[in-house]
Amino acid sequence: MSEGYRYLDNGAATRLDERVLEAMTPFLFETYTVATSQFSYSLGIAAREALERARSDIAASLGAASEEIIFTSGSTESSNMAIKGVPHALANKGKHIVTTRLEDFPVLNSVKALERDGYTVTWLDTDSDGRLDPAALEGAIRPDTVLVSIQAANQEIGTLQDLAALAAICKARGVVLHSDATHTYPRLPLDVSSLSVDLLTLSTELVHGPKGVGALYLRKGTPLHKWMDGGFQEFNLRAGSENIAGAVGMARAVELVTPEETAGIQAMRDAALEQLLAIPQSILNGHATWRTPQNVNVSFRFVEGEAITLHMDLRGYALSTGSACFSRALEASHVILGIGGDHERAHGSVRLTFGRYNTLDDATGAANALAEVIERLRAISPLGKD
Amino acid sequence: MPLPYSELVMEHFQNPQNIGRIDNPDAKAIEGSPACGDMVAVYLRVDEETKTITDIKFESYGCASNIATGSIITELAKGKSLDEAKAITWEQASDALGGLPPIKTHCSVLAVEGLRAAIQNYEEKHGLVREQEATTEEVVRKRLCHVMNPSVGLDIIRTKLVKEISVNDGDVLVVLDLEPTHQFANNIREEITEKLANRQDVRSVEVCFDKQ
Repeated sequence: MSEGYRYLDNGAATRLDERVLEAMTPFLFETYTVATSQFSYSLGIAAREALERARSDIAASLGAASEEIIFTSGSTESSNMAIKGVPHALANKGKHIVTTRLEDFPVLNSVKALERDGYTVTWLDTDSDGRLDPAALEGAIRPDTVLVSIQAANQEIGTLQDLAALAAICKARGVVLHSDATHTYPRLPLDVSSLSVDLLTLSTELVHGPKGVGALYLRKGTPLHKWMDGGFQEFNLRAGSENIAGAVGMARAVELVTPEETAGIQAMRDAALEQLLAIPQSILNGHATWRTPQNVNVSFRFVEGEAITLHMDLRGYALSTGSACFSRALEASHVILGIGGDHERAHGSVRLTFGRYNTLDDATGAANALAEVIERLRAISPLGKD
Repeated sequence: MPLPYSELVMEHFQNPQNIGRIDNPDAKAIEGSPACGDMVAVYLRVDEETKTITDIKFESYGCASNIATGSIITELAKGKSLDEAKAITWEQASDALGGLPPIKTHCSVLAVEGLRAAIQNYEEKHGLVREQEATTEEVVRKRLCHVMNPSVGLDIIRTKLVKEISVNDGDVLVVLDLEPTHQFANNIREEITEKLANRQDVRSVEVCFDKQ
């Protein structure tokens, strides 16, 4: 990346922290073996110890037991494993699933895959801020419901769900609850000893940990069909040679996130939001306070997001948009449409997500540059002039 | 730093030519809509004697390739006769820009259609055209030549995605040789609907997916 370029898309991927790499390196060049049984050679035993230490550190970060953490290749796999694995294991109970319309693609498309296979799905609507009313969940659960999946926070608009209230309902009704915590963990407190969620999708690639590794929290006793056939790794649920360097890196990334850092990131968010919402014909996407600390998402009328992102790129800022032109499927953001926004609001939406390597100047500088770009694009737009 | 577009596209994106409006234009047209993500307005000044485009301006709500194509198409059309301008194709616009990414060709099609619609608007005002022809299967096929297959940047007729077209008393059915779960299934369905739904004699448009 060239000097002075500001990366503000930490909700998509983050720069690896050198301290994470440092923790991982020995497991790439020295202790590079598989995690062997305790009755083998010393290198393999050392690898196993490192893997189990990473597992117990991650477990401790959310109040879980070590054996409740299954390492995977990332959030996408963790969500696939949960969404497909629980209903499969509960085939005798029924074929009904409850989720929201705003889920990220791993959950959304896993549920759609089950829907095509004959499952019935209740797609819950949220309010215009993206918040789910717990009463709506209560009303959706049926005797044949095998799984509820509700994200901890939204990937695009940062809206936090009231997970405690939703989990209490699922517990009272005896229904398994999965939550994709990719956008909150480990920045926001999560404690499964008090929160009755059964499965959690976890990763650290959005907090300067490595890509290609993630975890599934699986509460003891939760039914789950074996996901990957092969050897007997990961409690015989997810076969494959362990990514020990990845697991160690993930644990280190968790350790490096501090409340002070998160508060600083939240200050960047608030500074950018204040400036952007002062631009005429702008609207906040997501909730004002039930919001992840790193997320800014604002729509600007009469302009299109791909043109905004390209102009911003030329000015040295990387950010994303919910415009169809930006997406791989050429489809407008299902999240903005899902909270009742129209296509124009989706096409004109801009997301900034802050991380460890950003400064308050990045936030205010980006907001200034955005104000200029939006004025420029509005000047050439046929909309908003009459 | 790598950019997604050719130098010419970037040049026209950053400094679009012929941008703005013409007061009391001799003709104008708007193609696309905020809903589809791209919209172009084209304004014409036409010499009534020679039927030549003496001035042309455009406005764009859209992505970079939409802005750049609006810029180049107005450059290409300026000074041309209406018939010459009408014959400008999106391939010519794309070539003049040094090529567009396949996934973006539908944006250049929109700008070209904006120009053609403005010319048509002029011709209608001056009694130079007959009424809109009835929507037949052949007319639908022609319209679908303007719907892009984003995978390759060519239209869905040429890439043989269209299996069947039927028109029954204003109800249009288009069957595509595509999985309903294809990456661009929803996008192509929306584009087809947009190209046909506004015709006066079309009551409904249904797009089905039936992969062989």
